[in-house]
Amino acid sequence: MGEMTTAIPCSDAVRKLWDYLDHAIAPEDQEKVEHHLSFCRRCCGELEFAKEIRRFLASGSSEEIPIEVKARLERFVEEL
Amino acid sequence: MRPSDDAIHSVPGTSIPRRAMGTAPSERMSGIGTRDRTKEAFEELARNELPGLYSLARRLVRDGAEDLVQEALLQGYRGFGTLKMDAAAGRWLKTILVNVFRDQLRKRARSVEEVAAGDLDDFSLYRTLIDEDPFPYSDSLHTDFLGTFGREDLREVLLRLPDIYRAPLVLRYMDGFSTKEIARQLEAPLGTILARLHRGRNLFERTMWAYAQESGLTPRGDHDG
Repeated sequence: MGEMTTAIPCSDAVRKLWDYLDHAIAPEDQEKVEHHLSFCRRCCGELEFAKEIRRFLASGSSEEIPIEVKARLERFVEEL
Repeated sequence: MRPSDDAIHSVPGTSIPRRAMGTAPSERMSGIGTRDRTKEAFEELARNELPGLYSLARRLVRDGAEDLVQEALLQGYRGFGTLKMDAAAGRWLKTILVNVFRDQLRKRARSVEEVAAGDLDDFSLYRTLIDEDPFPYSDSLHTDFLGTFGREDLREVLLRLPDIYRAPLVLRYMDGFSTKEIARQLEAPLGTILARLHRGRNLFERTMWAYAQESGLTPRGDHDG
């Protein structure tokens, strides 16, 4: 029985990147992803882009509420 | 550790979450003025949370965001007496809003169409941008691509995703709920939520690319030759 290899193809690594960033993968998968990232420049690019998309998504969470909508909703609460 | 994560539970048989333990001050008080004080406290909470609630509602539904917030406020007010006031109140109201959204989806009885993972997994926006090179003079192609999306563009991309994929994506990556919380809010098994997040991310990237092309955010073909 040989040692378990930690090598995975790019497709596997990319598929696991968001879960890797979420700390939502099994420790052995984390090890495989990190091993892959240690030598694969393209997947490091994928990782950085995944981080950018996550920041981009998070930036869209705050939104100005229109004054008239806010006023209507405040009146609604007062009428409860 | 966020104290709110495990402290909020859904009341069985309803969609109103509440703290499982403890008695709210309003329940201990009696006599004239109790309702007024509860009402005042709820009004203050609602005023503070309105922007966040409205923003979340706008990302969950294309039309009817205001109605969704109103229903959440109504249910929130009804359950407010059982909420121990603390920093979790804002998330408590958001959870109610998500519950209302979930119930509305069920009432519409839309068929849920899961997208097969194999249909999506091969797409990589990162690689597509390198291959298609929409900004040939850019030194930061991927950042520039994201920079072309305004807030309304992002909302439109999200709204093009099927509800079952959009909701977990919004709740996880825009509003910071944990996957366990999302599973409780949407009353779906954790494994289902994880699978939908995975497919939702793929679908989101694919939709971003399609939207950018059709809406003119990226030039099409004018850099060839």
